[in-house]
Amino acid sequence: MLLLIPLLPFLGFLINATVGRRWSQGLSGGIATAAMAGAFGVSVAAVWTMLGLEPIGGVRAIDQHVFTWIASSTLEIPFALRLDPLSSIMILVITGIGTLIHLYSTAYMHDETNPDFARYFSYLNLFASFMLILVLGASFPVMFIGWEGVGLCSYLLIGFYYTKQSAADAGKKAFVVNRIGDFGFILGMLILFTAFGTLDFQLLAIQVSQLEVEAGTMAGAGLLTGATLLLFLGATGKSAQLPLYVWLPDAMEGPTPVSALIHAATMVTAGVYMIARNAVLFSHAPFTLEVIAIVGVLTALVAGTIGLVQNDIKRVLAYSTVSQLGYMFLAVGVGAFAGGVFHLYTHAFFKALLFLGSGAVIHALHGQQDMRFMGGLKDKLPITFWTFLIGTIAISGLPPFAGFFSKDEILWKTWSSGHYVLWGLAVVAAFLTATYMFRLLYMTFWGTSRANSAPEHEGTSAHVHGSTGHSAAHPPSGPSAHLHDAPRPMAIALVLLAVGSIVAGFFGVPHALGGHNQIEAFLEPSFHAMTLSGEEVAHAAAVHGDVAIELGLMGLSIAVAIAGILLATALFKNGFGRAEALAAQFSGVHKVLYNKYYVDELYDAVFVQPIKRLSTGALWKVMDAGVIDGIVNGVGLTVRGWSAVLRRVQTGSVRAYAMSIFVGVVAILGYYLWR
Amino acid sequence: MNMADFSSIAPILMVSLAACATMLAEAFRKQDDRAAGVWFGVFGLIGLAGAIVTSIFSHWNHSMLGFGVISIDNFTVFFNVMLCAIGILTILLSIGNAERDHLPSGEYYTLMLFAIAGMMMMASTTDLLVIFIALEVMSLGVYVMTAIKRSSAEGVEAGFKYFVLGAFSSAFFLYGIAMAHAVSGTTKLDEIGMRIASSSLDPSILLILSMVLLIVGFAFKVGAVPFHMWVPDAYQGAPTLVTGFMSTGVKVAAMAAFVRVFLSAFEPLRIEWIPILSVIAALTMILGTVVGVAQTSVKRMLAYSSVAHAGYLLVGLVAASTAGKAAILFYLVAYSVTNLGAFGVLAALTSGDRPHDDVRDFAGMWKERPGLSALLTVFLLSLGGFPPMVGFIGKWYIFNAAIQEGMYTLAILGVLTSVVSVFFYLRVVVMMYMSDETAPEHRPAVSAVTTAGLLLALIAVIYLGVLPGGLLSIAADSVASIF
Repeated sequence: MLLLIPLLPFLGFLINATVGRRWSQGLSGGIATAAMAGAFGVSVAAVWTMLGLEPIGGVRAIDQHVFTWIASSTLEIPFALRLDPLSSIMILVITGIGTLIHLYSTAYMHDETNPDFARYFSYLNLFASFMLILVLGASFPVMFIGWEGVGLCSYLLIGFYYTKQSAADAGKKAFVVNRIGDFGFILGMLILFTAFGTLDFQLLAIQVSQLEVEAGTMAGAGLLTGATLLLFLGATGKSAQLPLYVWLPDAMEGPTPVSALIHAATMVTAGVYMIARNAVLFSHAPFTLEVIAIVGVLTALVAGTIGLVQNDIKRVLAYSTVSQLGYMFLAVGVGAFAGGVFHLYTHAFFKALLFLGSGAVIHALHGQQDMRFMGGLKDKLPITFWTFLIGTIAISGLPPFAGFFSKDEILWKTWSSGHYVLWGLAVVAAFLTATYMFRLLYMTFWGTSRANSAPEHEGTSAHVHGSTGHSAAHPPSGPSAHLHDAPRPMAIALVLLAVGSIVAGFFGVPHALGGHNQIEAFLEPSFHAMTLSGEEVAHAAAVHGDVAIELGLMGLSIAVAIAGILLATALFKNGFGRAEALAAQFSGVHKVLYNKYYVDELYDAVFVQPIKRLSTGALWKVMDAGVIDGIVNGVGLTVRGWSAVLRRVQTGSVRAYAMSIFVGVVAILGYYLWR
Repeated sequence: MNMADFSSIAPILMVSLAACATMLAEAFRKQDDRAAGVWFGVFGLIGLAGAIVTSIFSHWNHSMLGFGVISIDNFTVFFNVMLCAIGILTILLSIGNAERDHLPSGEYYTLMLFAIAGMMMMASTTDLLVIFIALEVMSLGVYVMTAIKRSSAEGVEAGFKYFVLGAFSSAFFLYGIAMAHAVSGTTKLDEIGMRIASSSLDPSILLILSMVLLIVGFAFKVGAVPFHMWVPDAYQGAPTLVTGFMSTGVKVAAMAAFVRVFLSAFEPLRIEWIPILSVIAALTMILGTVVGVAQTSVKRMLAYSSVAHAGYLLVGLVAASTAGKAAILFYLVAYSVTNLGAFGVLAALTSGDRPHDDVRDFAGMWKERPGLSALLTVFLLSLGGFPPMVGFIGKWYIFNAAIQEGMYTLAILGVLTSVVSVFFYLRVVVMMYMSDETAPEHRPAVSAVTTAGLLLALIAVIYLGVLPGGLLSIAADSVASIF
C-alpha cells in the first residue's frame, strides 16, 4: 500500500512524459492532478490504518519491504518504506498541498503550449514521487534516491522558462550549491554505514541509543559528531541555510506554483525532516545540535533583514522561507524535534498560500513581480486579498492562526532549554517577519495602483508566462484596466489553504493554554529508538518549566509581532514617504541589505571565478591538447590528407604525450629509489 | 592437446572463428551488396552468443587449465561473458549504423571480433607473456578500428597517435615482463608470486622496476593519469561506435589482467604498490573530473569521464578487500553497460559526416527526439552516480570498500569528484530539456536493431540499479575462485 503513494505520481509522470505532449491541457493537467489526489487518498487511508495499529516497542509504524536492494555477503539494504507518525505528517502535507498546487497550476500554466504544459506536469509529478520516496524511505540510501531526485526535478523546474537567461543561471546555481550539500550527505552516510553496518533509520537509532552521548565540544567530538555535521551540511544545501542559502531566492525564477510546492512547502524542508528523522543520532552529538541551532537562528536573522528591503514579491517570500527554515533548524537544534516538524507543517500551509496568492497577483498583473508597481489591489482581487491576509497574519504569529502556535512552541523550547541568547535573536527574527510581511501586504494591496507606472515589459514581466503569455494576448495598453481575480481552480486552492492556515495550528495548542499539544505527543515516538522491552518512552517531560513564564513569553512574542505590524503600517500603509526617508538616512545599511550582504558577489569572487579559471584556464590548457588541437584541426580539415596528419604528428603533440608517459615513469621510479 | 586444453579456449575459438567467417565473407561479397553488413553482424552475434553459452554452461564452477597458460576459473568466465556481452551490444548498435557512417563493415566486424578474442585471452591467461600477446592482439584491432574511417582526418590522426603511444607503452610493459623473468626465472603468475613471497623481506630493485613498468603498461591501457593523454584524442577522433567499444572493452580487459597480476603475482608486494596506485587513482579521479568540466565536445567529455572512472576502478584495486575485488567487477559491468548506452545514443544521432557532438547540438532535443533524450538522460545520470541507476550502486560499493579499508582520503576524493562530475553530465541533459533548438537539423532515424540495443542497455542500467544483488554475488563468487 505504501508503495502506491509514490507510484501514482510516478505513473502520472510516465503518462505525461510520453504521450501527454500530444494531449490537450485539460487531459494532461487532469491526469497529473488526479494522480496526486489519488496519492492523497491512499495516504489518508494508510495513515488511518497506521493509527489503528498497536504500538510495538513504543512505535506505531507500517513497514513495507519492497525488495532487497543492495545486498552483499555481510549486510543488506532493503528497499523499504516506513510510515510512522513523522512520515505520516509529511506525506499528508506533500500529497494534500501538492494536490491543491497541481489544481492551481492547471489554471496558472494555461498559456503554455501543450508540450510545455505536459512537460511541466510531468516534472511536477516526478518531483512529488521522489519527495514521497524521500519521506517514506526507511533507510538513508532510499531517502537518498528521493533526495537526489527532488534536486534534479527542482533544477529542471527552476529552469523551466529556459529562454530567460536568469532562469537558466538560477537552475545552475541551485544545482551547484546542492552538490556541495550532497557531498556531505553521501560522506556522512558512508561513515555511518562503516561504523554501524546498517543504514536503516530505526536500527541505527537502536544502536546509537546504547552509546554514550558524545561531548558537546569540538575537542571531545567523535564519530557521531563528524557524521552528523556532514549530514547537516547536506541539510544546509537542500534546506537553504547559511552558508548555502543563496540558491533559493534565485530559484524564484521558476513558475510560481513550483515555488509554492518545492521551494516553500516540501523539498526545502527535507533537511529539517532528515534531522528529525535521525533525532536519536543527532541527540547523541550535542556539538552538532549547537551548530544547527546557531546556524538556524543566524539564517533566520540574515534572511529576515534582507527580506525587509527587497521589491520583488516572490523574492521577499523566498527570503521569508529561508528565514522560517532557520526557525525550524533552531527548533531541532535545541532538541525540540516535534516543534521543528510542527512549524514545518504549519509553514507548508501558509507559505504555500502566500506563494499561490502572489502567483494570483502576478497572474492578474500579467507577469509583474515588482511590488513598486503594484498597489491598490485590495478591492480588485478580493479572494486573493483576503486569503493573502490570512496567510500574512498566520506567518506573523498572531493567535489563533497556525503560525502562532508553532512559532511560539519553538521560542518556548529555545528558552526552556536555556538558550537565552538564541531566544533573543529568534524574537528579533519574529519581529522582522511581521514587519516585512506586512510591508509586502501594504505595498501590494493598499494605496493606489501603480501598475501603469511600470516600464513596459520591463525585466521579468514579458517572460513569466512564457513566450505566448498574457502580454501577447493583451497589448500592454494599461494592464490594470482588466484585472481579473483568480480563476476558479486557483481560487479553490487559495481558499482551502487559507482554511488550513487558520486551523492547522489547533493540533498543537500548548498545555499552558489548556490545549493538549496533540502533535507533540503524536510525533514523539518517532524521535526515540524503538524499545524492544516495550516500556513506555520517557516523554519530554523535562522541559515543562513554569507555566507563568511560558504565558509571559507568549504574550511578549505576540507583542513583538504586533510591534512589527505597527512599524510596517506606519512606514508603508500610506505611501512610502517615511520608508524612503528612513532608507535615505541609513543609506549604507539599506544598500548592504538591498544587495543581500554582497554574499553572491563574495562567493563569485572567492569560489566561482577561481574554480572556473582553474578548470577552463590552467588545467585544461596544460592537460588537454584540445586547445592546440582546435587550432591545428582547422589545418587538418582543410588539407585533408596524410601529409597534414603526419605533420600533426611531427608538430609535437605525440611527443608531448610520450614525454608525459616518460615523466610519469621517472616520477614513480624516483619515488621508489629515493623514498 | 587434450580435451581440457581445447575446452578452455573454446569461447575464444568461437569468437575467432566468427571473425574468420566475417573476413571470408567480406572477401567474397559483391561490391554493392548492402545487406552484407547485417550478415557480418549476425556472424559476430552467433560467435559471441556461442562463447557466452559455452562459458556459462560448461566453464562456470569448472576450473581447468589449458595449455598451461589459459586458466578457466569463475573470474575468467565472468570476464569472458562480460566481454562477449559488450561485443553483442556493440554489434546491435552497429548494424545499419556502420554502413551509414561509411565504415567498411567487413573490416569493422572482423577487427572487432579479433579484438574481443584478444581481450578474452587477456582476461583468462595466467602467464605474463601471453598477457602481452593478448594485449597486442586486442590493441592492434583497436588501433585500426580507431582509424577505420579513412576519409576522416581526425580518425586517422587519432589512430596513429594511439598506435605510436600504445607501442611506447607496450615497450615498458615488455620490459616489466623481462625484469620479472630475470628475478623469478618464470613468466607464470603463480610461480612469480611464490618466488616473491619466499624471497627475502626487502624486494630487489629489479623486482620493483618490473612492478613499476607493469603498472605503467596497465595504467596506459585503462587510461590512468599521467598515462591518459591518448584517451581524449583517440575517443574523440574514432567513429563513435568504435569509441563506445574501446572505452568499455579495452578498459575491462586491461582491468581484468591488472587485477589478476597485481592480486596474484604481485600480491606479496602489496605494501609497495598501494601508495603509488593510490596517488595514481587520486590524480586520475581529479584530473578526469576537473578537465571534463571544461569540455564542449560530448565525446571528449565522455573521454575524460572514462578517465575519471578508471580512477574509481583503481580505488577498488587499492582497497581490494574481498568486498573491494567484487566491487571492481561490479563497477566494470556498471560502467560498460552505461557507457555503451551513452555512446550508442551518440552514434545513433550522428548523421553521415556530420558529428552530433558539440553540447549545443543537443539543444532542445527533447522536442524532436523524446525517446533518445530520455535514454541519454538515464545513461548520463547513471555515469554521474544518481540512484537508483546502476552507476550509483557501483560507486557505493567502491567507496564503501575504500572506507572499510580505512582509505578515507580516497573515499572523500571519490565522492567529491563524482559529485562534481554530475555537473558535466547534467550539462547535456540541461541542453536537451532546457534550451531552444538552435539549429533545427535533421537527426537520422533510429533503426529497430539499434533501438533494441539501446533498450537492452537501459534495462540493464535500471535493473542492475534496482536489483544489484544477483550480479554482486556472482562477482563475489568470481573473485572468490582465484584470490
